[in-house]
Amino acid sequence: MMSDPSQLQLAPNGELRHFLTTEGLSKELLESILTKASGFLDSKGDLIAKVPLLRGKSVVNLFFENSTRTRSTFELAATRLSADILNLDIQRSATSKGETLMDTLWNLEAMHADMFVVRHADSGAAHFIAEHVTPNVAIINAGDGRHAHPTQAMLDMLTIQRHKQGIEGKVVAIVGDILHSRVARSQIHALKTLGAAEVRVVGPATLLPKDIEDLGAKAYYDFSLALRDCDVVIMLRLQKERMQNALLPSESEFFRLYGLTSEKLALAKPDAIVMHPGPINRGVEIESAVADGPQSVILKQVGYGIAVRMAVMAMAMSGQRTNQAGPEAPQ
Amino acid sequence: MKYLHIRNAHLIDPAQELDETSDLYITDGRIAAIGHKPSEGTIDRTIDAQGQWLVPGFVDLSCYLNEPGYSQKGSIARDTHAAAKAGFTHICAQPRTRPVADSSAVIQQIVERSAQANAARVLPLGALTKGLQGEQLSNMVSLRNAGCIALSNARAPIKDSYVLRRLMEYAATYDIRLFITPLDTALAADGVMHEGPTSTRLGLAGIPETAETVALAQILLLAEQTGARVHISQISSARSADMVSDAKARGLKVSADVSLANLCFTARQVNGYNSRFHVEPPLRGEADRQALLAAVNRGELIICSNHRPHEIAAKKAPFAASEPGMSLYNCFLPLLLKLIKDDELDRNAAIKALSTLPAQTLGLDRVFREGAIFNATLINQTGASQSCSEEDLSSPLSEPLPGTASETFVDGQLVKWH
Repeated sequence: MMSDPSQLQLAPNGELRHFLTTEGLSKELLESILTKASGFLDSKGDLIAKVPLLRGKSVVNLFFENSTRTRSTFELAATRLSADILNLDIQRSATSKGETLMDTLWNLEAMHADMFVVRHADSGAAHFIAEHVTPNVAIINAGDGRHAHPTQAMLDMLTIQRHKQGIEGKVVAIVGDILHSRVARSQIHALKTLGAAEVRVVGPATLLPKDIEDLGAKAYYDFSLALRDCDVVIMLRLQKERMQNALLPSESEFFRLYGLTSEKLALAKPDAIVMHPGPINRGVEIESAVADGPQSVILKQVGYGIAVRMAVMAMAMSGQRTNQAGPEAPQ
Repeated sequence: MKYLHIRNAHLIDPAQELDETSDLYITDGRIAAIGHKPSEGTIDRTIDAQGQWLVPGFVDLSCYLNEPGYSQKGSIARDTHAAAKAGFTHICAQPRTRPVADSSAVIQQIVERSAQANAARVLPLGALTKGLQGEQLSNMVSLRNAGCIALSNARAPIKDSYVLRRLMEYAATYDIRLFITPLDTALAADGVMHEGPTSTRLGLAGIPETAETVALAQILLLAEQTGARVHISQISSARSADMVSDAKARGLKVSADVSLANLCFTARQVNGYNSRFHVEPPLRGEADRQALLAAVNRGELIICSNHRPHEIAAKKAPFAASEPGMSLYNCFLPLLLKLIKDDELDRNAAIKALSTLPAQTLGLDRVFREGAIFNATLINQTGASQSCSEEDLSSPLSEPLPGTASETFVDGQLVKWH
């Protein structure tokens, strides 16, 4: 039977064995990811030298959807953990030939990989793979449809932790296309679990998914109002096709209402930080002066991304080992 | 004269508010006597029905039999037997076959296969438009003459309201029944489940309630204008139930059905990306489910199975990539009996919604009276149901629960179980 993702990603002893979503994971576990990731950074926030944690392990980057940036950071993370890495860009080619995801998986199982890093356009794809692949392969979700992008969310948590001295009690605004954003969903779950005082989602009704407040976020249509008392402002990337789908009239109107300018940023707390999962659209969701300004930590996020991915990969591989060694067979 | 004697059955016939333990005598496929032994003749065979319900045979207004064309999903032989085991004597098969059931040849093939199967009788629904493309009217009169009890669009979109108006007008000319599913495909967009908290949480594209209600308003208004005999297939929301109620109250001759899945389950079942619950129309919220149950209890809504089985590969995929549809016949009675046991459905209202009301929609006789052709089913509430297995990924149950038809009579003939 289909199981709850939060249960599926834990070994019987509570260790992480897949990383599919931030939803349902305990505060302790999320904090241990951040601690582990911090261990891969030196005092200046730069990555430390290569470690042998995944020596002899093979990691397959399984990208059904193109993403050079995310794939590269996973590749770098695996390399720094001394793993062997193989990149497979499957995209739509295999499936368009009539091969189902199950067919693809059966072929890949023959490779005897230890870990799959999965990016797929269907929500729930990483979860599906974790359920159906041989039990001792760790699955790391590198983005599934609109559902989750948990490593991106955790690197954002690490960024907030390092630049705002913790997440507890902070007011965070996530701005833009929430509807299509897997990043926003993963951020909301992580922020709520880690004790953020308030998570605000900001955008027009066309870009806010129905019943988003059920996830614990507060919906705002007015950007100025949403910025009040904010410690962290997270801007999301706006895709061009939103204009064609009648979700927005134009980039310029969107920028007028929800673009982050210096004047708008002045409405937040004076020491607020600005984040963006990248790649940024200058002049669409964010003004260059803000993106490159003193409050922006956008470039820092990239380096943290490698540390977080190293942490998650190391933890999931360790969880797989205890899982295999344990007396209980996986479900 | 020789009789089949059904002894001590709990007779329930909502059409005449019959609800009592009694005996029934059958000869030549017809009811010879109820309650008392006929004065002449001998008893050939006796069925002891102690503790079982004897109800008018269920009539299913929607199922997908996948024949011809989709033999990996099911067959007329297999699924008409499963239907009879679920208490159905007559089942309307949606025209979504390959080729589409838009020609007399395909209809004849379906009728022949149904006769060979010798279980629940298939009443074919012909395609409303050629190839179910939604543009050109099918040969409606020829299809009726070939044996179609009604014409249906099987959730395929009708191109626009102009085509919808014209096909209703044409059908009304010849008094042809239409089964129409209310679905505004533009509003449904790329949705795969009910738009609400669960779709937002799972990141699955949602189908708003208005994708149904906007289309329903259009169908009801055009039915009123054209005088077409319209049955609304598979409503899923509280608002739709109200709209059908209002239309009936205003004197419009419409009927509507809901699939059993929408009475049993809500969108929450999709949690964990469970593709067993990927169905059309989508499972909606608890308030919708309650409103649909209430409409059945008021006698305003028919229950259909909307049985739509799939092979494993069609369901073993990420939710949005899996095929919509649920295999219902094998677990129909257990699910129905549970709703009755939990006091969510009134027993007699449920039986009415499965026999008397759909029979009225199709103009079939379904009343227990002397001389009537015997269409009935004996329901054993405690007997094990048909196999519902973990492997059948289109079944909502992964293990059998109690509830099965012990005997089903189709047009006077006892179905022989395999």
